[in-house]
Amino acid sequence: MRTEPIADGSGTPIPVARTWHWGRWLAAAVALAVAGWLAYLVVVNPRLDWGKVAEYLFNERILSGVWVTIEISVLATALGLVLGVLVAVMRLAHNPVLSGLASFYIWFFRGTPVLVQLIFWYNLAFLFPELVLKIPFTMIGLKWDTNQVMTGFTSAMLGLGLNLAAYFAETVRAGIQAVDRGQTEAAYALGMTPAKRMRVIVLPQALRIIIPPTGNEFISMLKTTSLVYVVAGHDLMTNASQIYKANNRIMELLIVASVWYMLMTAVATFLQGRLERRFGSDAVRLVRGGGAAARILPKVAG
Amino acid sequence: MNAGVNAGVNAGVNAGVNAGVNAEVGAVDGGPAPVVVASGVRMGYGGVQVLNGVDFTVASGEVSCVIGPSGSGKSTFLRCLNGLEPVLGGSLRVLGEEVGHTLRDGRYHPWTPKEFAAFRRNIGMVFQRFNLFAHQSALENVACGPVHVLGTPQDRARTLAMEHLDRVGLADHAHKRPHQLSGGQQQRVAIARALAMNPALMLFDEPTSALDPELVDEVLEVMKGLAAEGMTMVVVTHEIAFAREVGDRLTFFADGVVVERGRPRELLTAPEHERTRAFLSSVLGSQEGSSTK
Ligand SMILES: Nc1ncnc2c1ncn2[C@@H]1O[C@H](COP(=O)(O)OP(=O)(O)OP(=O)(O)O)[C@@H](O)[C@H]1O
Ligand SMILES: [Mg+2]
Repeated sequence: MRTEPIADGSGTPIPVARTWHWGRWLAAAVALAVAGWLAYLVVVNPRLDWGKVAEYLFNERILSGVWVTIEISVLATALGLVLGVLVAVMRLAHNPVLSGLASFYIWFFRGTPVLVQLIFWYNLAFLFPELVLKIPFTMIGLKWDTNQVMTGFTSAMLGLGLNLAAYFAETVRAGIQAVDRGQTEAAYALGMTPAKRMRVIVLPQALRIIIPPTGNEFISMLKTTSLVYVVAGHDLMTNASQIYKANNRIMELLIVASVWYMLMTAVATFLQGRLERRFGSDAVRLVRGGGAAARILPKVAG
Repeated sequence: MNAGVNAGVNAGVNAGVNAGVNAEVGAVDGGPAPVVVASGVRMGYGGVQVLNGVDFTVASGEVSCVIGPSGSGKSTFLRCLNGLEPVLGGSLRVLGEEVGHTLRDGRYHPWTPKEFAAFRRNIGMVFQRFNLFAHQSALENVACGPVHVLGTPQDRARTLAMEHLDRVGLADHAHKRPHQLSGGQQQRVAIARALAMNPALMLFDEPTSALDPELVDEVLEVMKGLAAEGMTMVVVTHEIAFAREVGDRLTFFADGVVVERGRPRELLTAPEHERTRAFLSSVLGSQEGSSTK
């Protein structure tokens, strides 16, 4: 807002009046009062034992839960990203069977709740008591007991990873389609096969376009891992719930878990910001001149 | 057609499709076989006919310029030459091969993507909008083909790429990304990228029409150099002065057919067809107005 006086016709400066936004001040005051009151109710609540919160914040089981949560998030995200790229490329294939299978995969994993998928993988032994990997018509191969393979940890990683892949595949597909068609033509004109063009020219550009939004996937994954407690994956939420089931300090342990989730999210947000600064301007440049494709990007990135 | 002007090469193009091809090949006997022989080439997008029987030849070492109004199918024809668009009728032989098909056991078998790729290695293409690989430096762009298509080792490919960049006067800009280069510089990198594959034929689709006027000459200079070295080139262009000075042959396209073909000077000064005359007067009028050098 301007504070410098404005000179009139004869050069005499005339001050600018200050406007008071009464409505704004009032709204802010009311919002602050409500928020402060709610916080006060929780903080001074006599039934809440802050000593217990402090005590459990660095409890060994909580810390190991934090670590497992990070592990599951990183592994599931990695699995989801790799598989997502694969599904996206299949989805765009000219082969109708490949493309149909990819569509089915996306529809299936987006159409069923993650919770159902997690419980399914955890209980895979009901369908297949043994997992067998062998060369057909020979005796050469490997065999595992399903219950030993499908621990809470692996079923969590598999369930979350396969699920993320379905969502991520759509992001990758939009990214691939956002790459300027001229890039493909130039690649073909140089004598590349379609597969080489995808790997050497299109995917590297598509990935630069979609890297910023993948940060969001990871942040949301950090919190989705809390669902893992239904399969006892020994993540933060599982361990916190086991502690409160024993000592009944439900609220205190939920606060402990929340503090850790918020901390992890803050760190991930910081890292995402750096990723975006590194690749963000690239992404805008890569789709410049992409015509219709350029209009897809904000939706992808948003 | 344009009797007299180039009777030697073009004799018999209109004498039926197959006869035309044979007569054409026969006509240049003694010299090398023509690089491009198109007879009655037809092509369309979803039912809309774009090329309505194009007859066109390019001899080895020839600079063949193509002009014509917007939408007349010049780009489409150029893209047929390296198989980026499928030919739907007639015959198109480029570098001795029927584009898109191989004759085996008395039948033409459609090419696989691999066969298309192998065919295109020998043909360089330069686009109106440069189409440099946006995630690679100028050097990487030029080395890309040799490394990923020919399997040249990285070091060797980079050394060669540097020589090609030097040749187009851009050795100092080797490590810049496309967005850090001017349009003229980008187009010169694009030419270097095509040359790095050692092509037997170079296709240019309006290489200077996306450039600011003061950047046009640096690109045309590179192309003149190429022509002087004997590169076989097909150049779609609106640069009439370039066609007159460098072109061995000039072709006027309209409505998906070749209306007129001849030596540039003759075609430009004494066009036979009314359409050619009308087009030339509109193009020359505007170019004289903008660049009276
Ligand atoms: N991908 C496409 N799908 C459908 N129609 C197309 C496509 N590309 C070109 N056309 C049509 O084909 C016709 C010829 O196009 P082409 O690009 O070959 O013309 P041109 O002579 O190169 O024109 P310009 O001088 O504007 O580049 C035009 O009518 C155009 O609208
Ligand atoms: Mg064109």
